[in-house]
Amino acid sequence: MAAPLPFLLHLADDALVLGQRNAEWCGHGPAIEEDIAMANVSLDLIGQAGLLYQLAAQRLGDGATEDQLAYFRDADAYLNHTLVELPHSGPQVGHAQTDRDYATTIARNFLHGAFNLLRWDALCASSDADLAAIAAKSVKEARYHLRHARGWLIRLGDGTAHSHDRMQAALDHLMPYTQEFWLTTPEENQGVSDGVLPQAPAQWQAAWDELVDDAVSQAGLRRPSSQGHVSQGKCGQHSEHLSYLLAEMQSLARAHPGAQW
Amino acid sequence: MSNPATASPTKALKDWPLWEVFVRSKQGLEHKHCGSLHASDPEHALQMARDIYTRRQEGVSIWVVPSKAIVANSPDDKAELFDPSGDKIYRHPTFYDIPDDVGHM
Repeated sequence: MAAPLPFLLHLADDALVLGQRNAEWCGHGPAIEEDIAMANVSLDLIGQAGLLYQLAAQRLGDGATEDQLAYFRDADAYLNHTLVELPHSGPQVGHAQTDRDYATTIARNFLHGAFNLLRWDALCASSDADLAAIAAKSVKEARYHLRHARGWLIRLGDGTAHSHDRMQAALDHLMPYTQEFWLTTPEENQGVSDGVLPQAPAQWQAAWDELVDDAVSQAGLRRPSSQGHVSQGKCGQHSEHLSYLLAEMQSLARAHPGAQW
Repeated sequence: MSNPATASPTKALKDWPLWEVFVRSKQGLEHKHCGSLHASDPEHALQMARDIYTRRQEGVSIWVVPSKAIVANSPDDKAELFDPSGDKIYRHPTFYDIPDDVGHM
C-alpha cells in the first residue's frame, strides 16, 4: 500500500525544517563538542528528509525531484508541525530573551524527539514497504536524538538555578505546540485504514506522556499545561517564522535552478 | 559576539572536566586513545565522544576516563626512566630465526 503523498511530505517537511533550524547552531554551539553533536543531529534529519522526498518524487513521477520538493514549494505547501519551525528564542519574556536560547532548542528537540521516536517506531510496521525501510533506518537515529535532548533537558533542568529557570521557561513556551501532534489529518486517517500508518498519532499520546513525565521529573522541572491555541502547521497553516526559514534555505537553489555541486 | 547566549563559549569549557577518549575500531582489537574532550558528567562525555570520535564509523565501543584519574610520569624523569633501556638490545626478540610458516610477526 502506498502512503498518501501529503503524509510523506508531512514526514519529510518535519525532518527538513527541524534539521535546518538546528543547523543554525552550526559554528555557534555552546561548546565545540556540542556544536558537532547538534550538527550530527541536523545531518541525520536532513538525510531522513532526503529519503522521504526521493520517495515522494519517485511516486509523483513526471520529472519531480527531491530538490524541487524541498526548494521550490512555498510555506503554505509545507506540512510540518509548527513546533519545528519556531525560532530558537523563547517567548521573549522572562529568562529566555536571547536570539538563540539553547534551552528552547533542547526543549523542542526533546518534545519533538519523543514524538518522532514513537512515530518512526510505529512506521517500521507500515504496509508501505519503502516507508517501512526508511523507518527502520531512521528509528535508530531518532532514538539517539531523544537521548541527546533528554540528557540536556535533565542536565539544564537539574543544573544551576539559572539553567533551571531557562529550561522551565522554554518548556512553558513550547508545550502548547505539542497539542498539534495529536490532530489527525484526512491523509492520516486514510493511512490508518490502509495500514500505512499502523496507528493514528493520538494512539501514541500515552507513551509520549510517559517519556515526557519521566524526563521532566528527573530534571526537577514542572510539566506545564498544554492548553490554548492548537497550531495547524501539519495542515499547511504556519507561523510567520517558516517563510523566513524557507527564504534562507531556498534562496540559493532558486537563484541557480538546477545547479550541480 | 554580543549575543548573551554565545558570548562566553569558553566558560563552559573551563567549568567542565577533561576526559580522555578510547575507541575500539572493531571487535577483537583493543581500545586506542584517540583524544580528549570537555564534558560535564560521564554520560555526557560518552555522548560527546560518540559525536566527535565515531561520526565516520571509527568505532564499535567507547571508553571515557576522567583525565585527572590518569597518573603520568614527570617529563623530568625521562632520563632515569627510559634512557637505561637504550643499550639493552638483547631485550628485543630479534635473535631468533622465525620459521617461514609463522608468517608476519
